[in-house]
Amino acid sequence: MIRDITIGQYYPAKSVLHRLDPRVKLVATVLYLISLFMFKNITGYFAATVFLLTLIRISKVPLKYILRGMKPIIMLLMITLLFNLFLIKEGEVLVSVWILSITEGGLRNAVLMGVRLIYLITGSSLMTFTTTPNELTDGIESLLKPLGRIHVPVHEIAMMMSIALRFIPILLEETDKIMKAQIARGADLESGNILQKAKSMIPILVPLFVSAFRRANDLAMAMEARCYRGGEGRTKMKPLRYTGADRAAYVIVLLYVTGVILIGRYVPFRIWIF
Amino acid sequence: MSIKIEHLNYIYSRGTAYEKQALKDICLEIPHGEFVGIIGHTGSGKSTLIQHLNGLIKATEGTILYNGEDIYGEYYNMKELRSQVGLVFQYPEHQLFEVDVLSDVCFGPKNQGLSKEECEQRAREALKLVGLKEKYYQSSPFELSGGQKRRAAIAGVLAMRPKVLILDEPTAGLDPKGRDEILDQIAYLHKNTDMTVILVSHSMEDIAKYADRIIVMNQGQVMYNGTPKEVFAHYKELEAVGLAAPQVTYIMHELAERGLDVELFATTVAEAADSIMEVVGND
Repeated sequence: MIRDITIGQYYPAKSVLHRLDPRVKLVATVLYLISLFMFKNITGYFAATVFLLTLIRISKVPLKYILRGMKPIIMLLMITLLFNLFLIKEGEVLVSVWILSITEGGLRNAVLMGVRLIYLITGSSLMTFTTTPNELTDGIESLLKPLGRIHVPVHEIAMMMSIALRFIPILLEETDKIMKAQIARGADLESGNILQKAKSMIPILVPLFVSAFRRANDLAMAMEARCYRGGEGRTKMKPLRYTGADRAAYVIVLLYVTGVILIGRYVPFRIWIF
Repeated sequence: MSIKIEHLNYIYSRGTAYEKQALKDICLEIPHGEFVGIIGHTGSGKSTLIQHLNGLIKATEGTILYNGEDIYGEYYNMKELRSQVGLVFQYPEHQLFEVDVLSDVCFGPKNQGLSKEECEQRAREALKLVGLKEKYYQSSPFELSGGQKRRAAIAGVLAMRPKVLILDEPTAGLDPKGRDEILDQIAYLHKNTDMTVILVSHSMEDIAKYADRIIVMNQGQVMYNGTPKEVFAHYKELEAVGLAAPQVTYIMHELAERGLDVELFATTVAEAADSIMEVVGND
Protein backbone atom coordinates (compact mmCIF):
# COMPACT_ATOMS: atom_id res chain seq x y z
CA MET A 1 0.00 0.00 0.00
CA ILE A 2 2.63 2.47 1.05
CA ARG A 3 5.04 1.31 -1.61
CA ASP A 4 3.13 3.36 -4.16
CA ILE A 5 4.57 6.67 -3.01
CA THR A 6 7.15 7.41 -5.69
CA ILE A 7 7.74 11.14 -5.36
CA GLY A 8 11.36 11.98 -4.55
CA GLN A 9 12.60 8.46 -5.09
CA TYR A 10 15.32 7.19 -7.37
CA TYR A 11 14.35 5.24 -10.48
CA PRO A 12 17.19 3.03 -11.70
CA ALA A 13 17.75 3.11 -15.46
CA LYS A 14 20.61 3.66 -17.86
CA SER A 15 20.25 7.00 -19.56
CA VAL A 16 22.23 10.10 -20.38
CA LEU A 17 20.38 11.96 -17.64
CA HIS A 18 21.30 9.34 -15.05
CA ARG A 19 24.96 9.68 -15.95
CA LEU A 20 25.16 13.48 -15.78
CA ASP A 21 27.05 15.15 -12.96
CA PRO A 22 24.61 15.89 -10.12
CA ARG A 23 25.78 19.53 -10.03
CA VAL A 24 24.60 19.99 -13.61
CA LYS A 25 21.23 18.52 -12.77
CA LEU A 26 20.84 20.67 -9.67
CA VAL A 27 21.75 23.91 -11.43
CA ALA A 28 19.61 22.97 -14.42
CA THR A 29 16.62 22.21 -12.20
CA VAL A 30 16.90 25.53 -10.40
CA LEU A 31 17.20 27.42 -13.70
CA TYR A 32 14.27 25.48 -15.13
CA LEU A 33 12.11 26.28 -12.12
CA ILE A 34 12.94 29.98 -12.32
CA SER A 35 12.34 30.07 -16.06
CA LEU A 36 8.82 28.71 -15.56
CA PHE A 37 7.87 31.98 -13.89
CA MET A 38 9.57 34.31 -16.34
CA PHE A 39 7.08 34.30 -19.21
CA LYS A 40 3.39 34.95 -19.75
CA ASN A 41 2.52 33.98 -23.31
CA ILE A 42 1.18 30.56 -24.13
CA THR A 43 4.03 30.07 -26.61
CA GLY A 44 6.39 29.79 -23.66
CA TYR A 45 4.27 26.94 -22.30
CA PHE A 46 4.54 25.12 -25.62
CA ALA A 47 8.31 25.41 -25.52
CA ALA A 48 8.42 24.20 -21.91
CA THR A 49 6.18 21.23 -22.73
CA VAL A 50 8.38 20.14 -25.61
CA PHE A 51 11.51 20.46 -23.47
CA LEU A 52 10.05 18.55 -20.53
CA LEU A 53 8.66 15.72 -22.66
CA THR A 54 11.99 15.36 -24.47
CA LEU A 55 13.81 15.12 -21.14
CA ILE A 56 11.37 12.50 -19.82
CA ARG A 57 11.88 10.54 -23.00
CA ILE A 58 15.67 10.71 -22.67
CA SER A 59 15.54 9.76 -18.97
CA LYS A 60 13.84 6.42 -19.74
CA VAL A 61 11.61 6.86 -16.69
CA PRO A 62 8.13 5.70 -17.76
CA LEU A 63 5.65 8.59 -17.99
CA LYS A 64 3.12 6.48 -16.10
CA TYR A 65 5.53 6.17 -13.19
CA ILE A 66 6.03 9.94 -13.05
CA LEU A 67 2.30 10.62 -13.18
CA ARG A 68 1.66 8.16 -10.39
CA GLY A 69 4.06 10.17 -8.24
CA MET A 70 1.76 13.20 -8.63
CA LYS A 71 -1.03 11.63 -6.58
CA PRO A 72 0.04 13.03 -3.20
CA ILE A 73 0.01 16.62 -4.48
CA ILE A 74 -3.40 16.56 -6.13
CA MET A 75 -4.96 18.13 -3.03
CA LEU A 76 -2.50 21.01 -3.05
CA LEU A 77 -3.07 21.48 -6.75
CA MET A 78 -6.84 21.59 -6.37
CA ILE A 79 -6.70 24.18 -3.59
CA THR A 80 -4.44 26.44 -5.63
CA LEU A 81 -6.65 26.09 -8.66
CA LEU A 82 -9.85 26.89 -6.76
CA PHE A 83 -8.32 29.94 -5.13
CA ASN A 84 -7.14 31.27 -8.46
CA LEU A 85 -10.37 30.43 -10.17
CA PHE A 86 -12.70 32.22 -7.77
CA LEU A 87 -10.64 34.96 -6.20
CA ILE A 88 -9.08 36.65 -9.20
CA LYS A 89 -11.42 39.23 -10.67
CA GLU A 90 -10.09 40.39 -14.01
CA GLY A 91 -11.77 41.00 -17.32
CA GLU A 92 -15.16 39.71 -18.42
CA VAL A 93 -17.30 37.52 -16.17
CA LEU A 94 -17.73 34.07 -17.74
CA VAL A 95 -19.99 32.27 -15.26
CA SER A 96 -21.71 33.55 -12.16
CA VAL A 97 -23.48 31.41 -9.59
CA TRP A 98 -24.70 32.79 -6.25
CA ILE A 99 -21.80 34.83 -4.79
CA LEU A 100 -19.20 32.99 -6.83
CA SER A 101 -18.14 34.14 -10.23
CA ILE A 102 -15.48 33.08 -12.64
CA THR A 103 -13.78 35.74 -14.69
CA GLU A 104 -11.60 35.47 -17.75
CA GLY A 105 -8.57 36.38 -15.72
CA GLY A 106 -9.43 33.87 -13.01
CA LEU A 107 -9.82 30.97 -15.42
CA ARG A 108 -6.67 31.95 -17.25
CA ASN A 109 -4.65 32.20 -14.07
CA ALA A 110 -6.02 28.95 -12.64
CA VAL A 111 -5.19 26.92 -15.72
CA LEU A 112 -1.75 28.43 -16.23
CA MET A 113 -0.87 28.16 -12.55
CA GLY A 114 -1.95 24.52 -12.58
CA VAL A 115 0.23 23.78 -15.59
CA ARG A 116 3.13 25.61 -13.96
CA LEU A 117 2.82 23.64 -10.74
CA ILE A 118 2.62 20.34 -12.56
CA TYR A 119 5.70 21.24 -14.64
CA LEU A 120 7.50 22.39 -11.54
CA ILE A 121 6.93 19.11 -9.75
CA THR A 122 7.53 16.95 -12.80
CA GLY A 123 10.79 18.78 -13.50
CA SER A 124 12.14 18.48 -9.99
CA SER A 125 11.02 14.89 -9.55
CA LEU A 126 12.72 14.07 -12.82
CA MET A 127 15.92 15.16 -11.10
CA THR A 128 15.35 12.91 -8.08
CA PHE A 129 14.31 10.03 -10.34
CA THR A 130 17.62 10.20 -12.20
CA THR A 131 19.95 11.04 -9.30
CA THR A 132 20.71 8.75 -6.38
CA PRO A 133 20.43 10.39 -2.94
CA ASN A 134 24.18 10.09 -2.50
CA GLU A 135 24.94 11.85 -5.77
CA LEU A 136 22.43 14.51 -4.88
CA THR A 137 24.03 15.35 -1.55
CA ASP A 138 27.49 15.20 -3.10
CA GLY A 139 26.32 17.73 -5.64
CA ILE A 140 24.76 19.99 -3.03
CA GLU A 141 27.85 19.80 -0.86
CA SER A 142 30.08 20.71 -3.75
CA LEU A 143 27.85 23.59 -4.92
CA LEU A 144 27.55 25.04 -1.44
CA LYS A 145 31.25 24.75 -0.62
CA PRO A 146 31.86 28.52 -0.94
CA LEU A 147 29.51 29.01 2.04
CA GLY A 148 32.00 27.08 4.18
CA ARG A 149 34.15 30.21 4.22
CA ILE A 150 31.52 32.03 6.23
CA HIS A 151 31.39 29.08 8.67
CA VAL A 152 28.28 27.38 7.35
CA PRO A 153 28.69 23.65 8.20
CA VAL A 154 28.16 22.56 4.60
CA HIS A 155 29.42 19.02 5.02
CA GLU A 156 27.31 18.38 8.10
CA ILE A 157 24.19 19.70 6.38
CA ALA A 158 24.86 17.50 3.38
CA MET A 159 25.44 14.47 5.61
CA MET A 160 22.17 15.09 7.46
CA MET A 161 20.36 15.37 4.16
CA SER A 162 21.78 12.17 2.80
CA ILE A 163 20.92 10.30 5.99
CA ALA A 164 17.40 11.70 5.94
CA LEU A 165 16.95 10.68 2.31
CA ARG A 166 18.44 7.28 2.94
CA PHE A 167 15.95 6.65 5.72
CA ILE A 168 12.82 7.50 3.73
CA PRO A 169 12.46 4.07 2.12
CA ILE A 170 13.48 2.31 5.34
CA LEU A 171 10.88 4.12 7.39
CA LEU A 172 8.25 3.58 4.71
CA GLU A 173 8.92 -0.12 4.82
CA GLU A 174 8.83 -0.07 8.60
CA THR A 175 5.49 1.75 8.55
CA ASP A 176 4.12 -0.81 6.16
CA LYS A 177 5.24 -3.64 8.44
CA ILE A 178 3.84 -2.07 11.61
CA MET A 179 0.55 -1.28 9.88
CA LYS A 180 0.24 -4.87 8.77
CA ALA A 181 1.11 -6.17 12.22
CA GLN A 182 -1.58 -4.01 13.83
CA ILE A 183 -4.15 -4.86 11.16
CA ALA A 184 -3.38 -8.50 11.86
CA ARG A 185 -4.32 -7.76 15.48
CA GLY A 186 -7.63 -6.39 14.30
CA ALA A 187 -6.78 -2.67 14.16
CA ASP A 188 -9.22 -0.70 12.05
CA LEU A 189 -7.43 2.11 10.25
CA GLU A 190 -10.05 3.12 7.73
CA SER A 191 -13.47 3.67 9.25
CA GLY A 192 -14.57 6.28 11.79
CA ASN A 193 -14.45 10.06 11.90
CA ILE A 194 -11.28 12.17 11.94
CA LEU A 195 -10.87 11.90 15.71
CA GLN A 196 -11.21 8.11 15.69
CA LYS A 197 -8.86 7.87 12.73
CA ALA A 198 -6.26 9.98 14.51
CA LYS A 199 -6.60 7.78 17.57
CA SER A 200 -6.19 4.65 15.51
CA MET A 201 -2.80 5.98 14.33
CA ILE A 202 -1.32 5.71 17.83
CA PRO A 203 -0.56 1.97 17.56
CA ILE A 204 1.40 2.79 14.41
CA LEU A 205 3.11 6.03 15.36
CA VAL A 206 4.46 4.90 18.73
CA PRO A 207 6.32 1.85 17.38
CA LEU A 208 7.47 3.91 14.38
CA PHE A 209 9.04 6.58 16.59
CA VAL A 210 10.63 3.98 18.83
CA SER A 211 12.14 2.29 15.81
CA ALA A 212 13.32 5.57 14.27
CA PHE A 213 15.17 6.44 17.48
CA ARG A 214 16.62 2.95 17.71
CA ARG A 215 17.89 3.16 14.15
CA ALA A 216 19.32 6.64 14.66
CA ASN A 217 21.13 5.42 17.73
CA ASP A 218 22.55 2.40 15.89
CA LEU A 219 23.68 4.53 12.97
CA ALA A 220 25.40 7.09 15.20
CA MET A 221 27.19 4.26 16.96
CA ALA A 222 28.27 2.65 13.68
CA MET A 223 29.56 5.99 12.35
CA GLU A 224 31.55 6.66 15.49
CA ALA A 225 32.96 3.15 15.43
CA ARG A 226 34.37 4.03 12.01
CA CYS A 227 35.89 7.24 13.34
CA TYR A 228 33.52 9.67 11.66
CA ARG A 229 34.17 13.15 13.07
CA GLY A 230 32.66 15.61 10.63
CA GLY A 231 33.84 17.07 7.37
CA GLU A 232 37.21 18.50 8.28
CA GLY A 233 40.01 16.89 6.29
CA ARG A 234 37.65 14.30 4.83
CA THR A 235 38.31 13.24 1.24
CA LYS A 236 35.98 11.61 -1.25
CA MET A 237 36.28 8.19 -2.80
CA LYS A 238 34.66 9.41 -6.00
CA PRO A 239 35.23 13.16 -6.35
CA LEU A 240 32.89 14.88 -8.83
CA ARG A 241 34.47 15.77 -12.17
CA TYR A 242 32.85 17.48 -15.14
CA THR A 243 32.97 15.68 -18.51
CA GLY A 244 32.19 16.83 -22.04
CA ALA A 245 28.58 15.71 -21.68
CA ASP A 246 28.17 17.82 -18.55
CA ARG A 247 29.48 20.93 -20.30
CA ALA A 248 27.19 20.27 -23.25
CA ALA A 249 24.27 19.90 -20.84
CA TYR A 250 25.04 23.30 -19.28
CA VAL A 251 24.99 24.87 -22.73
CA ILE A 252 21.71 23.19 -23.67
CA VAL A 253 20.03 24.30 -20.45
CA LEU A 254 21.22 27.89 -20.85
CA LEU A 255 20.01 27.92 -24.44
CA TYR A 256 16.64 26.54 -23.36
CA VAL A 257 16.21 29.05 -20.56
CA THR A 258 17.03 32.07 -22.75
CA GLY A 259 14.96 30.60 -25.57
CA VAL A 260 11.87 29.92 -23.51
CA ILE A 261 11.96 33.34 -21.87
CA LEU A 262 12.39 35.12 -25.21
CA ILE A 263 9.67 33.09 -26.90
CA GLY A 264 7.32 33.37 -23.93
CA ARG A 265 7.73 37.13 -23.75
CA TYR A 266 8.05 38.31 -27.30
CA VAL A 267 6.17 35.86 -29.49
CA PRO A 268 2.55 36.81 -29.03
CA PHE A 269 0.02 34.13 -29.86
CA ARG A 270 -3.37 33.66 -28.32
CA ILE A 271 -5.93 30.92 -28.23
CA TRP A 272 -9.26 32.21 -26.86
CA ILE A 273 -8.40 33.84 -23.51
CA PHE A 274 -5.00 32.27 -23.05
CA MET B 1 -11.07 -25.77 9.44
CA SER B 2 -8.60 -25.98 6.66
CA ILE B 3 -6.71 -23.63 4.43
CA LYS B 4 -6.56 -24.37 0.75
CA ILE B 5 -4.40 -22.37 -1.62
CA GLU B 6 -5.01 -22.75 -5.34
CA HIS B 7 -2.67 -21.50 -8.07
CA LEU B 8 -1.56 -18.47 -6.12
CA ASN B 9 0.57 -15.89 -7.92
CA TYR B 10 1.84 -12.63 -6.52
CA ILE B 11 3.72 -9.88 -8.34
CA TYR B 12 5.29 -6.93 -6.51
CA SER B 13 5.24 -3.34 -7.85
CA ARG B 14 3.68 -4.26 -11.13
CA GLY B 15 4.58 -2.02 -14.05
CA THR B 16 7.73 -0.49 -12.54
CA ALA B 17 11.44 -1.21 -12.65
CA TYR B 18 11.04 -3.03 -9.34
CA GLU B 19 8.53 -5.55 -10.66
CA LYS B 20 9.16 -9.00 -9.23
CA GLN B 21 7.19 -12.20 -9.13
CA ALA B 22 7.32 -13.20 -5.47
CA LEU B 23 5.08 -16.26 -5.66
CA LYS B 24 4.61 -18.62 -8.59
CA ASP B 25 1.65 -20.95 -8.87
CA ILE B 26 1.45 -22.08 -5.26
CA CYS B 27 -0.97 -24.93 -4.51
CA LEU B 28 -1.14 -26.10 -0.89
CA GLU B 29 -3.55 -27.57 1.58
CA ILE B 30 -3.16 -27.18 5.30
CA PRO B 31 -5.64 -29.33 7.26
CA HIS B 32 -6.88 -28.36 10.69
CA GLY B 33 -4.66 -29.09 13.67
CA GLU B 34 -1.47 -29.69 11.76
CA PHE B 35 1.94 -28.30 12.73
CA VAL B 36 3.46 -27.12 9.47
CA GLY B 37 6.98 -25.81 9.02
CA ILE B 38 7.85 -23.53 6.12
CA ILE B 39 11.51 -23.17 5.26
CA GLY B 40 13.28 -21.26 2.59
CA HIS B 41 15.93 -18.70 1.93
CA THR B 42 15.59 -14.96 2.46
CA GLY B 43 13.56 -13.81 -0.53
CA SER B 44 12.09 -17.25 -1.25
CA GLY B 45 8.59 -15.88 -0.72
CA LYS B 46 7.75 -17.49 2.61
CA SER B 47 6.86 -14.23 4.38
CA THR B 48 4.82 -13.10 1.38
CA LEU B 49 2.98 -16.40 1.35
CA ILE B 50 1.90 -16.29 4.98
CA GLN B 51 0.70 -12.70 4.66
CA HIS B 52 -1.78 -13.96 2.09
CA LEU B 53 -3.30 -16.35 4.59
CA ASN B 54 -5.00 -13.62 6.62
CA GLY B 55 -5.65 -11.35 3.68
CA LEU B 56 -2.98 -8.71 4.38
CA ILE B 57 -1.75 -9.10 0.82
CA LYS B 58 -4.14 -9.72 -2.01
CA ALA B 59 -2.97 -12.27 -4.53
CA THR B 60 -2.41 -11.14 -8.11
CA GLU B 61 -3.99 -14.41 -9.27
CA GLY B 62 -5.40 -17.51 -7.63
CA THR B 63 -7.73 -18.25 -4.76
CA ILE B 64 -7.46 -19.02 -1.06
CA LEU B 65 -10.20 -21.01 0.62
CA TYR B 66 -10.54 -20.83 4.40
CA ASN B 67 -12.94 -23.53 5.59
CA GLY B 68 -14.12 -23.81 2.03
CA GLU B 69 -14.95 -20.12 1.69
CA ASP B 70 -13.17 -17.91 -0.85
CA ILE B 71 -11.52 -15.13 1.15
CA TYR B 72 -11.54 -12.86 -1.91
CA GLY B 73 -15.31 -13.26 -2.22
CA GLU B 74 -17.36 -10.07 -2.34
CA TYR B 75 -19.04 -10.43 1.04
CA TYR B 76 -16.24 -12.18 2.87
CA ASN B 77 -15.63 -10.87 6.38
CA MET B 78 -11.89 -10.08 6.40
CA LYS B 79 -11.97 -8.91 10.00
CA GLU B 80 -13.35 -12.24 11.15
CA LEU B 81 -10.66 -14.03 9.13
CA ARG B 82 -7.96 -11.96 10.81
CA SER B 83 -9.23 -12.83 14.24
CA GLN B 84 -9.24 -16.53 13.36
CA VAL B 85 -5.87 -16.58 11.61
CA GLY B 86 -3.39 -14.98 13.99
CA LEU B 87 -0.15 -13.80 12.43
CA VAL B 88 2.96 -13.10 14.49
CA PHE B 89 5.38 -11.08 12.40
CA GLN B 90 9.15 -11.21 12.45
CA TYR B 91 10.44 -9.17 15.39
CA PRO B 92 6.91 -8.81 16.76
CA GLU B 93 8.23 -6.74 19.67
CA HIS B 94 8.47 -3.83 17.19
CA GLN B 95 4.67 -3.55 17.28
CA LEU B 96 4.38 -2.93 21.05
CA PHE B 97 2.99 0.51 21.81
CA GLU B 98 0.89 0.61 24.97
CA VAL B 99 1.87 2.01 28.36
CA ASP B 100 1.93 -1.40 30.01
CA VAL B 101 2.18 -5.01 28.90
CA LEU B 102 -1.35 -5.98 29.87
CA SER B 103 -3.01 -3.19 27.87
CA ASP B 104 -0.86 -4.02 24.88
CA VAL B 105 -1.99 -7.64 24.93
CA CYS B 106 -5.58 -6.37 25.31
CA PHE B 107 -5.33 -4.49 22.00
CA GLY B 108 -6.30 -7.51 19.87
CA PRO B 109 -9.32 -8.67 21.93
CA LYS B 110 -10.46 -5.03 22.25
CA ASN B 111 -10.53 -4.79 18.45
CA GLN B 112 -12.65 -7.93 18.42
CA GLY B 113 -15.23 -5.94 20.37
CA LEU B 114 -14.99 -7.79 23.68
CA SER B 115 -15.77 -6.21 27.04
CA LYS B 116 -12.98 -4.81 29.19
CA GLU B 117 -13.17 -7.65 31.71
CA GLU B 118 -13.11 -10.28 29.03
CA CYS B 119 -10.15 -8.60 27.29
CA GLU B 120 -8.19 -8.62 30.51
CA GLN B 121 -9.06 -12.18 31.28
CA ARG B 122 -7.92 -13.27 27.83
CA ALA B 123 -4.77 -11.17 28.09
CA ARG B 124 -3.84 -12.75 31.41
CA GLU B 125 -4.50 -16.18 30.00
CA ALA B 126 -2.34 -15.48 26.92
CA LEU B 127 0.48 -14.04 29.00
CA LYS B 128 0.41 -17.14 31.18
CA LEU B 129 0.57 -19.32 28.06
CA VAL B 130 3.74 -17.62 26.82
CA GLY B 131 5.24 -17.86 30.29
CA LEU B 132 5.62 -14.18 31.14
CA LYS B 133 5.68 -13.60 34.91
CA GLU B 134 2.86 -11.64 36.51
CA LYS B 135 5.18 -9.02 37.94
CA TYR B 136 5.79 -7.70 34.40
CA TYR B 137 2.11 -7.18 33.52
CA GLN B 138 2.08 -3.58 34.73
CA SER B 139 5.52 -2.55 33.45
CA SER B 140 6.15 -0.70 30.21
CA PRO B 141 6.76 -3.11 27.32
CA PHE B 142 9.83 -1.07 26.41
CA GLU B 143 11.51 -1.92 29.72
CA LEU B 144 11.44 -5.68 29.16
CA SER B 145 14.34 -7.74 27.84
CA GLY B 146 14.38 -8.91 24.22
CA GLY B 147 12.96 -12.36 24.99
CA GLN B 148 10.28 -10.99 27.30
CA LYS B 149 9.21 -8.43 24.72
CA ARG B 150 8.87 -11.19 22.16
CA ARG B 151 6.69 -13.21 24.56
CA ALA B 152 4.49 -10.22 25.26
CA ALA B 153 4.05 -9.63 21.51
CA ILE B 154 3.19 -13.27 20.83
CA ALA B 155 0.68 -13.10 23.68
CA GLY B 156 -0.85 -10.11 21.90
CA VAL B 157 -1.84 -12.41 19.05
CA LEU B 158 -2.73 -15.42 21.22
CA ALA B 159 -5.16 -13.29 23.24
CA MET B 160 -7.36 -13.14 20.15
CA ARG B 161 -7.74 -16.94 20.44
CA PRO B 162 -6.91 -17.67 16.82
CA LYS B 163 -7.73 -21.05 15.30
CA VAL B 164 -4.62 -20.86 13.15
CA LEU B 165 -1.39 -19.43 14.52
CA ILE B 166 1.25 -18.33 12.03
CA LEU B 167 4.69 -17.37 13.31
CA ASP B 168 7.29 -15.75 11.07
CA GLU B 169 10.75 -16.57 12.42
CA PRO B 170 9.67 -16.28 16.05
CA THR B 171 13.18 -17.01 17.29
CA ALA B 172 15.20 -14.59 15.13
CA GLY B 173 17.71 -12.70 17.23
CA LEU B 174 17.12 -14.67 20.43
CA ASP B 175 19.76 -16.58 22.37
CA PRO B 176 19.65 -20.42 22.31
CA LYS B 177 17.84 -20.60 25.65
CA GLY B 178 15.18 -18.07 24.64
CA ARG B 179 14.79 -19.86 21.33
CA ASP B 180 14.16 -23.27 22.91
CA GLU B 181 11.77 -21.83 25.45
CA ILE B 182 9.64 -20.11 22.84
CA LEU B 183 9.56 -23.10 20.52
CA ASP B 184 8.71 -25.48 23.37
CA GLN B 185 5.91 -23.15 24.39
CA ILE B 186 4.54 -23.17 20.85
CA ALA B 187 4.75 -26.97 20.70
CA TYR B 188 2.95 -27.13 24.05
CA LEU B 189 0.23 -24.84 22.75
CA HIS B 190 -0.22 -26.97 19.67
CA LYS B 191 -0.48 -30.13 21.73
CA ASN B 192 -2.94 -28.78 24.27
CA THR B 193 -5.27 -26.77 22.06
CA ASP B 194 -6.54 -27.77 18.65
CA MET B 195 -4.75 -24.88 17.01
CA THR B 196 -3.16 -25.21 13.59
CA VAL B 197 0.41 -23.90 13.77
CA ILE B 198 2.42 -22.67 10.83
CA LEU B 199 6.04 -21.99 11.72
CA VAL B 200 8.31 -20.13 9.33
CA SER B 201 11.99 -20.59 9.99
CA HIS B 202 15.27 -21.24 8.31
CA SER B 203 16.61 -23.47 10.98
CA MET B 204 16.22 -27.07 9.84
CA GLU B 205 16.83 -28.36 13.35
CA ASP B 206 13.92 -26.38 14.79
CA ILE B 207 11.52 -27.37 12.08
CA ALA B 208 12.55 -31.03 12.07
CA LYS B 209 12.00 -31.21 15.81
CA TYR B 210 8.47 -29.80 15.86
CA ALA B 211 6.74 -29.96 12.48
CA ASP B 212 4.48 -32.76 11.20
CA ARG B 213 5.03 -31.55 7.70
CA ILE B 214 7.61 -29.38 5.99
CA ILE B 215 7.11 -27.07 3.04
CA VAL B 216 10.30 -25.96 1.34
CA MET B 217 10.08 -22.73 -0.64
CA ASN B 218 12.59 -21.75 -3.28
CA GLN B 219 12.37 -18.71 -5.56
CA GLY B 220 8.67 -18.23 -5.02
CA GLN B 221 7.75 -21.86 -5.61
CA VAL B 222 7.02 -24.87 -3.44
CA MET B 223 10.05 -27.11 -3.87
CA TYR B 224 9.13 -29.94 -1.48
CA ASN B 225 6.07 -30.65 0.60
CA GLY B 226 6.11 -33.69 2.88
CA THR B 227 7.04 -35.19 6.23
CA PRO B 228 10.47 -34.28 7.63
CA LYS B 229 11.80 -37.68 6.60
CA GLU B 230 10.57 -37.32 3.02
CA VAL B 231 11.93 -33.81 2.71
CA PHE B 232 15.33 -34.47 4.25
CA ALA B 233 15.81 -37.47 1.98
CA HIS B 234 16.49 -34.77 -0.63
CA TYR B 235 19.33 -33.34 1.42
CA LYS B 236 21.64 -33.11 -1.60
CA GLU B 237 19.10 -31.02 -3.53
CA LEU B 238 18.44 -28.89 -0.47
CA GLU B 239 22.13 -28.16 -0.27
CA ALA B 240 22.19 -27.15 -3.92
CA VAL B 241 19.72 -24.34 -3.20
CA GLY B 242 21.65 -23.20 -0.15
CA LEU B 243 19.59 -24.93 2.53
CA ALA B 244 20.74 -27.92 4.54
CA ALA B 245 19.30 -30.93 6.31
CA PRO B 246 19.68 -31.14 10.10
CA GLN B 247 23.18 -31.99 11.23
CA VAL B 248 22.14 -35.44 12.41
CA THR B 249 21.18 -36.37 8.85
CA TYR B 250 24.79 -35.83 7.82
CA ILE B 251 26.14 -37.82 10.76
CA MET B 252 23.82 -40.73 9.97
CA HIS B 253 24.89 -40.79 6.34
CA GLU B 254 28.52 -40.66 7.33
CA LEU B 255 28.02 -43.54 9.79
CA ALA B 256 26.22 -45.58 7.14
CA GLU B 257 29.08 -44.99 4.73
CA ARG B 258 31.49 -46.40 7.29
CA GLY B 259 29.44 -49.56 7.58
CA LEU B 260 27.09 -48.91 10.47
CA ASP B 261 23.54 -50.01 9.70
CA VAL B 262 21.70 -46.98 11.14
CA GLU B 263 18.38 -45.35 10.27
CA LEU B 264 19.43 -42.98 7.47
CA PHE B 265 16.76 -40.36 7.83
CA ALA B 266 16.60 -39.75 11.50
CA THR B 267 15.67 -36.08 11.74
CA THR B 268 16.07 -35.32 15.43
CA VAL B 269 18.94 -35.94 17.79
CA ALA B 270 16.80 -38.22 19.96
CA GLU B 271 15.82 -40.40 17.01
CA ALA B 272 19.41 -40.63 15.88
CA ALA B 273 20.61 -41.58 19.33
CA ASP B 274 18.01 -44.38 19.55
CA SER B 275 18.97 -45.72 16.17
CA ILE B 276 22.69 -45.69 16.95
CA MET B 277 22.14 -47.37 20.31
CA GLU B 278 20.12 -50.08 18.64
CA VAL B 279 22.89 -50.88 16.19
CA VAL B 280 25.74 -50.57 18.66
CA GLY B 281 23.79 -52.44 21.33
CA ASN B 282 23.38 -55.42 18.98
CA ASP B 283 27.12 -55.82 18.62
